[in-house]
Amino acid sequence: MPSVCFYFQVHQPCRLRHYTVFDKDHKYFDDSKNKSICRKVANKCYLPANRLILDLIRQNNGKFKVAYSITGVLLEQLAEYAPEVMSTFDALAQTGCVEFLAETYYHSLSFLYSRNEFKEQIYKHIETIERLFGVRPKVFRNTELIYSNDLVDVIESMGIFDGILTEGADKILGGRSPNFIYTSPRSSRIKLLLKNYTLSDDIAFRFSNRDWCEWPLMAYKFSDWVNKVNGNGYNVNLFMDYETFGEHQWEDTGIFDFMRHLPGEIMKHPDNNFKTPSEVIASYPATDILDVPNVISWADTERDLSAWLGNPLQSSALHELYRMEQQVKLTGDSAILTDWRKLQTSDHFYYMCTKYFADGDVHKYFNPYDSPYDSYINFMNVMGNLEKRYKARLKTNTAVTGG
Amino acid sequence: MKVFMLGWEFPPFISGGLGTACYGLTKALSKMGLEVTFVLPRSISMGSHSTHVQMRTPADINDSDINLVEYERNLKNIKFKAIDSPLKPYASNEAYRREIEAMIRAKQQRCGAGKAVETNCLDSLAHYAGDMYTEVHRYAASSVKLALQEDFDVIHAHDWMTFPAGMAVAAVTGKPLIVHIHSTEFDRSGENVNQMIYDIERAGMHAADKIIAVSFLTRNIIISRYGITGDKVEVVYNGVERNGNGLSFNRIGINKDEKIVLFLGRITMQKGPEYFLGAAKKVLEVMDNVKFVMAGSGDMMRKAVELAANLGIGSKVLFTGFLRGEDVRKVYEMADLYVMTSVSEPFGIAPLEALNNDVPVLISRQSGVSEVLTHVLKADFWDVNEIANKIVAVLKYPPLQMALREHGNYEVRKLKWDDAAQKCMQIYNQLSASTVCV
Repeated sequence: MPSVCFYFQVHQPCRLRHYTVFDKDHKYFDDSKNKSICRKVANKCYLPANRLILDLIRQNNGKFKVAYSITGVLLEQLAEYAPEVMSTFDALAQTGCVEFLAETYYHSLSFLYSRNEFKEQIYKHIETIERLFGVRPKVFRNTELIYSNDLVDVIESMGIFDGILTEGADKILGGRSPNFIYTSPRSSRIKLLLKNYTLSDDIAFRFSNRDWCEWPLMAYKFSDWVNKVNGNGYNVNLFMDYETFGEHQWEDTGIFDFMRHLPGEIMKHPDNNFKTPSEVIASYPATDILDVPNVISWADTERDLSAWLGNPLQSSALHELYRMEQQVKLTGDSAILTDWRKLQTSDHFYYMCTKYFADGDVHKYFNPYDSPYDSYINFMNVMGNLEKRYKARLKTNTAVTGG
Repeated sequence: MKVFMLGWEFPPFISGGLGTACYGLTKALSKMGLEVTFVLPRSISMGSHSTHVQMRTPADINDSDINLVEYERNLKNIKFKAIDSPLKPYASNEAYRREIEAMIRAKQQRCGAGKAVETNCLDSLAHYAGDMYTEVHRYAASSVKLALQEDFDVIHAHDWMTFPAGMAVAAVTGKPLIVHIHSTEFDRSGENVNQMIYDIERAGMHAADKIIAVSFLTRNIIISRYGITGDKVEVVYNGVERNGNGLSFNRIGINKDEKIVLFLGRITMQKGPEYFLGAAKKVLEVMDNVKFVMAGSGDMMRKAVELAANLGIGSKVLFTGFLRGEDVRKVYEMADLYVMTSVSEPFGIAPLEALNNDVPVLISRQSGVSEVLTHVLKADFWDVNEIANKIVAVLKYPPLQMALREHGNYEVRKLKWDDAAQKCMQIYNQLSASTVCV
């Protein structure tokens, strides 16, 4: 009976340019770097992966289904730097086998700092997705799968969502299986889909690891693991970054071939099928209640917020940023508002993480800075300029209204 | 394992990192049970000829300063052999050479043929006369005499001044020679190298069986500037003595009126004082309540004072002169940030000491120590704008200062002299095992 539910996170941040305390202009973002990275990832991942998924949907006559969450910051970049990717996503949307999820437009941590801003960004994202792909998202995923009971309150109060995706962390499951649907003590209406992190990470992280005893991972072997869920689970949620295909796992690791064969292998077992998150929610009842008083995420082994909030640099930068909210919004200046929002993307704070910095690992791979300190300095310089900017704007606003 | 070690300075008679390094290394070797004979010139007079190295000699310092008990406890396997050089003056360079050659001949007759090559390099140096040359070679001659009375397995020579001694001892005894490069003439003098020193360095490196470089930066210089093959050069990073008081929490909350940015080191071309001052000028454009302290002395001191005045920041820059002991501790206590703008720094022990004293550091990328430290700020020495940018950030954002201090203080503990000694030990073992002629 297991329904395999694929969800791919599709995101690229808007990286900052090198900005010193002596810089005065308002050009904060490194357009040429963002463009070249966007084009590179489009060619290595988005385009070939989209074509593959499209092929698989057609070959399997609509029985293969997936879900995407594409951030607003990436959609903007794709429209500008790689419009061909947008057409392939559009083609995917037309198949009816693809669900688009909702998240904060700027891939932000706003849930932790400003519920107002959080909701505004979700609305902005929903509207964008509807405008681009003609469907209105019904399922929400928060940045980095950050989740707690409180998130359910906010999401339920918006009245537009049926479910939330989050991490199947051991500490919240307490021995229970991630392969069922759960609800929160705060709401019986909102359903929770939990990432099966073992099977997800077999693909996303371990696939090309030659020290892994299961290497090389073949589609039939993986299908066997999925089949084992048969009888003790409804759904197997495979949640991962879309960049797994071609970017984190390079093409020569065989990741695309693996994916090409996976649907066929999975559906060899007559009880298996593929479902989108909304279909999973509609198909199965909730089996238990998950109480999550403390915030979790899908990051690192800790599954907590320490990758974004673990040191004084990160928390000071975040506090300073959200402290500006009211003033920024008071200006009524859309350029200032957009810049402020682009600074909220979680990656900026991830770059400041000192946790594994000295060891050099996955954190380093994604980091455009030499050190977390450099990223903090750069960020604070930009924020310093933004602060001057909105203050000046507010001053002219009062002068105008006053005069 | 017995080591015949040749050094030029040892605490408290130090002018820079070399003495500190020799102390740390020998202490750790001693802990591992190795016997080290450390040969040190007791009284040397470099006079005004010393433009690249500044020396403190025993004559300048009261003997009662040395805590002999403490020394003996820490360095129990180390025998010090001081060469009281002025008491055995050689009449001339010629006389010195005759003596050395006579000794080498005597040894060669005992040992059979071979090992004649090393004497050539002494020939090539012979036409440089002058005090430095005389001193270096006087030290060499005395070392050879000492070596003949000692029993040891390897020779370990620190920096160019001891290389002639190292080469001579190796030639006489046939023991393997390791030269340890703490700094090269290119680091100290840029492109204006002193040819005599370069020649000594080069001869020492070529004569050596193994070269220890204090960083990959230095290893690259050795390979590219001295024509040495890579397989002969090992990198052994320096360590740091854990002598700080740990995080002194009482500092937090001290409300000073002014921020202090510290430069501590010799004020010489190598240390890039003009870049420090250039950055200071830029910082003062956006911040007012900052003082820049330049602690140290050197041949560019006067130029630095003039430059500060010309930049119009004279009142914001304080020159303290050479500091030691308690004064160094005090200046660290006051500092908000330590800045090292070295143009070429083979290693750089000073930033480690700053971190040890809870001071965050900004170091030039052109330094060996930047290969081992991650929780520090880095900039290219010439990038005055970026140096200033980072100084401002540290002064402006307390969380940054705190994070750098906490992580840096922790990271610096991982740099242990024990690890450096372990690596030296491996090299000793390799060499003494492969030596056939003893």
